[in-house]
Amino acid sequence: MFSNLDLQQLIFGRLTLEAIPYHEPILLVTFIVVALGGLALVGAVTWYGQWGYLWREWFTSVDHKKIGIMYIILAIIMLLRGFADAIMMITQKALAVGASEGYLPPHHYDQIFTAHGTIMIFFMAMPFVTGVMNYIMPLQIGARDVAFPFLNNFSFWMTVGGAVLTMTSLFVGEYSRATWLAYPPLSGAAYSPGVGVDYYIWGLQIAGVGTTLSGINLIATIVKMRAPGMTMMKLPVFTWTTLASNAIIVTIFPVLTATLALLALDRYVGTRFFTNDFGGNSMLYMNLIWIWGHPEVYVLILPAFGIYSEVVSTFSGKRLFGYTSMVYATMVIALVSWLVWLHHFFTMGAGANVNAFFGITTMIISIPTGAKVFNWLFTMYRGKIRFETPMIWVMGFIPTFVLGGLTGVLLAVPPADFVLHNSLFLVAHFHNVIIGGVVFGLLAGVQYWFPKAFGYKLDPFWGKASFWCWLIGFWITFMPIYIIGLMGVTRRTQHFEDTAVQPFLTLAAIGAFIIMAGILAFVIQLVVSFFKREQLRDLTGDPWGGRTLEWSTTSPPPPYNFAFTPVVHDLDAWWDMKKRGHDRPMEGFRPIHMPRNTGTGVILAVLSTVLGFALVWYIWWLAALSFVGVLAVAIIHTFNYDRDYYIPAEDVVRIESQGAAQLVGGA
Amino acid sequence: MHETTPPPGATAPVFYDEEGHAHGDGGTLFGFWLYLMSDCLIFAALFATFGVLGRNYAAGPSGADLFDLRLVAVNTGLLLLSSITYGFAMLEMQKDRIRPTLNWLAVTGLFGAGFIAIELYEFSHLIREGATPQRSAFLSSFFALVGTHGLHVTFGIVWLVTLMVQVRRRGLIVANQRRLMCLSMFWHFLDVVWIGVFTFVYLMGAMR
Repeated sequence: MFSNLDLQQLIFGRLTLEAIPYHEPILLVTFIVVALGGLALVGAVTWYGQWGYLWREWFTSVDHKKIGIMYIILAIIMLLRGFADAIMMITQKALAVGASEGYLPPHHYDQIFTAHGTIMIFFMAMPFVTGVMNYIMPLQIGARDVAFPFLNNFSFWMTVGGAVLTMTSLFVGEYSRATWLAYPPLSGAAYSPGVGVDYYIWGLQIAGVGTTLSGINLIATIVKMRAPGMTMMKLPVFTWTTLASNAIIVTIFPVLTATLALLALDRYVGTRFFTNDFGGNSMLYMNLIWIWGHPEVYVLILPAFGIYSEVVSTFSGKRLFGYTSMVYATMVIALVSWLVWLHHFFTMGAGANVNAFFGITTMIISIPTGAKVFNWLFTMYRGKIRFETPMIWVMGFIPTFVLGGLTGVLLAVPPADFVLHNSLFLVAHFHNVIIGGVVFGLLAGVQYWFPKAFGYKLDPFWGKASFWCWLIGFWITFMPIYIIGLMGVTRRTQHFEDTAVQPFLTLAAIGAFIIMAGILAFVIQLVVSFFKREQLRDLTGDPWGGRTLEWSTTSPPPPYNFAFTPVVHDLDAWWDMKKRGHDRPMEGFRPIHMPRNTGTGVILAVLSTVLGFALVWYIWWLAALSFVGVLAVAIIHTFNYDRDYYIPAEDVVRIESQGAAQLVGGA
Repeated sequence: MHETTPPPGATAPVFYDEEGHAHGDGGTLFGFWLYLMSDCLIFAALFATFGVLGRNYAAGPSGADLFDLRLVAVNTGLLLLSSITYGFAMLEMQKDRIRPTLNWLAVTGLFGAGFIAIELYEFSHLIREGATPQRSAFLSSFFALVGTHGLHVTFGIVWLVTLMVQVRRRGLIVANQRRLMCLSMFWHFLDVVWIGVFTFVYLMGAMR
């Protein structure tokens, strides 16, 4: 009974050779470049015989510092991909006006804006934020690792798995064209029959598991593993914002998982959750997805606020102004973030009272945020400001972000939103807060903590060049977009009839290229600093005159972070230790209890990614096999009780005598 | 502004924990409790979905037409009893008695399996009647909510069996006691969720 076609379907599902887009020149060239680059990388690692080193020291590592660095590397790679999408979109917009059709057909353009949004939020901003939190927070609270080190490694690889699946869509099949939040009914089986939305769903589901678990992990770390004496009101502000951010993650990512699972059921088994017929309700999806989606922006911005707070007080040489109000502002923002989701669809027709409620809650968020801005300004006031690279990011951030906040309050007014929703004004607003708030913050964080992670500072010239390109590029790109958005130009438009918008879009495209120069300068900065590392070396462990505990250990810190756990007496614990003269003990070291590395996280993530791929292409046997594999590996892992070891005291003595002797105030 | 300046001549306080006793329990139970709360939000989303779509019958059958409350009562009884027997297992665990602990765990697992068997019978019965998940949004949300709970119980049984093997192999060591505590929380949590399902889906559904 089996014809040839049936057998092929049985083995490959709906995957055929046609899925490889060899007829699209842009994708073909991209594929060749990526393939050559990948081959060069794999070849280089093989040539230098580094696979064993990478596997033992990095991929299987449960050290929160290494996992943090790997998160940030993932984020920077995905930034390049997401930014390539951005450049393609804005050049298409600038070109496709009037008679010209541009170079991207709608079919391709729609995939690009969907991929741009999805990648930038889920695979650039999220890993970046998680990476910084992972690296810095345990050091700030004087801990030796996170609460669940294996889970941390697993979370990271699940995030990578989601990113890999999303990137696979570039060369095998296609990506979703249903926008970054995949609204049904467009994203349903009837209107998006291809594999695009399925790639979207499974990419996010796999990464979402990692994000939720990492949220639980970091909360447990902060609650359970603080150094003695560090009460909650002595937590560094960045740690507070990490706590708030992860509390939001743990409450919202399950909702995203459930929502995407329901969408998947609609697509795979024909249920009626979000369909137009049989009682389905697509507005239910909008509500659920934004119950995730709005708090998500605070997941991203709160840690960035924490970074600004740390940087501004260090480089002003002062204690942060209004610490208590900063903590309360953070928690109020986190709380209210759960009560604003409906402002994303005021036009749903829920009525004036509902819209008024959500409009007002949205405006309320600007109050604690405003308090934070004033706290940063007052910290600088009468401070001895040093204009180092991290600090100028803060100074660029404040005016940029204030503008974004103001347009946000404007959009919170329901009648104004009726006019402005779905316009480029909205696009300019959220890029304003995400670039001017989140990205600036993360880049400030990289400049600030890089010497802690690698033992040398980043080159200031290229850092400042990068900053100015980003800042100027941002304003040149998004001011014209604000203006034409206010005039009513809609978002996600692939072609414009009206030639009057072309000068604005051309200006925006020029701005985007200036931002590209900023990204390039950042990459150059990394390379130049690596070659100049002996000149830029920091032996003190405290290159900036820091105030919190991460600066009290060596740069880079030893695997166990602190040979002796610090005891905290003051909010700025390290500043207090320096000022009152601490006496770093150089003997009496004990063996240190540490978690053991394991490859289980990598294996589980690989199997999950294969499972996702099989589900996208309806390869049922492979899906069943990899699902059983995930279960089996997880169960086998629980039979391994040998998960920790002791670093012998002699090794601690050796490590400490190498590095710690040079530390500030060392014995 | 208001930096703390030590009085002159004061000795600096202890800044390092040289005894090495600052590192206690990493907080597995707390972390697991956080996981349960996140799982609770998955159920919250499904309850909300049922709340919105639960009356969208699309001219198909309603809860009052479909639900057999006697069957559901038996099922609820099984699950509640399984929570009690899990409690007995934990009491035996604290007395450090391996065999009775395993026996009560086995009873718990059997009650759980009975619950799943009845639920599967109910589902297959509904599907044979034409009340499939594709029939209406009400049925989609019903199957999603009840099915997700059932999947959790199934997962719990797999975990229970795994743990029984581990307790048999290694005894009631600290790691295994911690794992039993986690599964205990998981099992009782599913009971609590089921109370919600029983009330909002079955009882209120049958009254409509």
